[in-house]
Amino acid sequence: MAERRLMTGRGNGRPARYSALALLRHGVTGNGWSRAWRRHELENSYDVVIVGGGVHGLATAYYLAHNHGITNVAVVEKGYIGSGGSGRNTAILRSNYLTPEGVRFYDRSLQLYRRLAEELNYNVMFSRRGHLTLAHNDTSLRTMRWRAEVNKLSGVNSEVIDADAVKHLVPYLDTSPHARYPVLGALWHPPGGIIRHDAVVWGYARAADALGVHIHQETEVTGIDVEHGRVTGVDTTRGRISAPVVVNATAGWSSLISAMAGVRLPVQTFPLQAAVTEPVRPFLHTVVVSGTLHVYMSQTDRGEIVFGASVDPFASYSSRGSLDFLEGLASHVLELMPSLATLRVLRQWAGLCDMTPDFAPIMGPTEVDGFLVDVGWGTYGFKAGPVSGEAMAECIATGRTPTLISSFSLRRFAEGELVGEKGAAAVGH
Amino acid sequence: MMLLPCPWCGPRAAEEFGYLGEASKRPDPQQATPREWRNYLYLRNNVAGWTSERWYHRMGCRRYLTVQRHTVTNEVRSATPPVVRTGDS
Repeated sequence: MAERRLMTGRGNGRPARYSALALLRHGVTGNGWSRAWRRHELENSYDVVIVGGGVHGLATAYYLAHNHGITNVAVVEKGYIGSGGSGRNTAILRSNYLTPEGVRFYDRSLQLYRRLAEELNYNVMFSRRGHLTLAHNDTSLRTMRWRAEVNKLSGVNSEVIDADAVKHLVPYLDTSPHARYPVLGALWHPPGGIIRHDAVVWGYARAADALGVHIHQETEVTGIDVEHGRVTGVDTTRGRISAPVVVNATAGWSSLISAMAGVRLPVQTFPLQAAVTEPVRPFLHTVVVSGTLHVYMSQTDRGEIVFGASVDPFASYSSRGSLDFLEGLASHVLELMPSLATLRVLRQWAGLCDMTPDFAPIMGPTEVDGFLVDVGWGTYGFKAGPVSGEAMAECIATGRTPTLISSFSLRRFAEGELVGEKGAAAVGH
Repeated sequence: MMLLPCPWCGPRAAEEFGYLGEASKRPDPQQATPREWRNYLYLRNNVAGWTSERWYHRMGCRRYLTVQRHTVTNEVRSATPPVVRTGDS
């Protein structure tokens, strides 16, 4: 084993530094950069196997190694890292939720995101530009007042602003009272923003790798071994791994992985589509969301407008885009910003979302000892990546469920203790 | 665009229908324990493959149907009138 470790070049615990000087040196010499994370042989056993190499799985691996010194960890990914929801979301960060447990949880995530670039020594391009949720009727305005008060009680900056203030923030928005869905006001959440989602995945992968975590891409889990109610390992397309702890962090595919361990989940997989336009000059300086019109939009640093919507109307594992989605999206966007009519859509795509009945995640232990889940992330998983990794790592290392995630247990469904985050978790319901 | 072959109206765009989810057997409310009832309410098989599900033709005949659909390819094998259950089934 020592030989193999030598061959695969296990690092000295410090990731390569990126700097302007290094960029210049590589530019001049033409030498390639060293790999940000390495390829390893599959070992026969690990202390922890994490299924799913997205932001949740990689963050869990990183915090296990960094916060708890557990480094004999494998992240097993069917495709390439970040190929699922982590690379398909619209990269919006916010913490303006409705329930106190939701607000506390997502606020912690936002705090971790704010210093992530520094922590991982990797530019994740967090742009803290503010997040605006429009109210088109009295009911939305009432829910927004409620959300603002819950947020303030937890120390999260959110306030309800009127239509004039909205127009000031987003001049291109149609705020006239004659619009089909007039803008009555909005929930303004300055700490929100957007981030480069791939960089978050790569940053966590690189930092976890440097601490000794093995990242196995193109390695599909085909079975989970359970003996006498305890998990003993996983079967993969590259061989069997024995492990006393297995974590399911596979989002849209989480029902299938859990079924391998004999655990049924209250989850249905729905595709969520998004689209991006050609780049234009910067004109949109905040994230804009309309629940009534089922749309959210932001402008990337490159100038493209990224749009997202609500999930497709029926459950499916298909990630094909549909014309219905694009037509619906375009009509809703033009209600908000008629001047975008000439903008061309470059591409559209879909990701798979594991929706739960109460629009809150499922985290922690299951009825099978050693088999943990970090699933049910629906349409809001990306923004929760860091805090989920931190909490799951603590859960694995200490054997206790942290208070921050205790209300997200799988048991809540059998016990009828649902969370009720529907009003603030996503658009379109 | 996905077409559903409605047994009463013929092939129609899926947008005309409401999706009601996996077809599952409802336990007897008088007999079920709260745990059994909540499992029925919340737990799903969520299979990636052929599945039997309920749809409602809300913009057509407004009748319920049972659809056999492949959840990965969205291929539809059949759409039939739902099986009428007797009290003890």
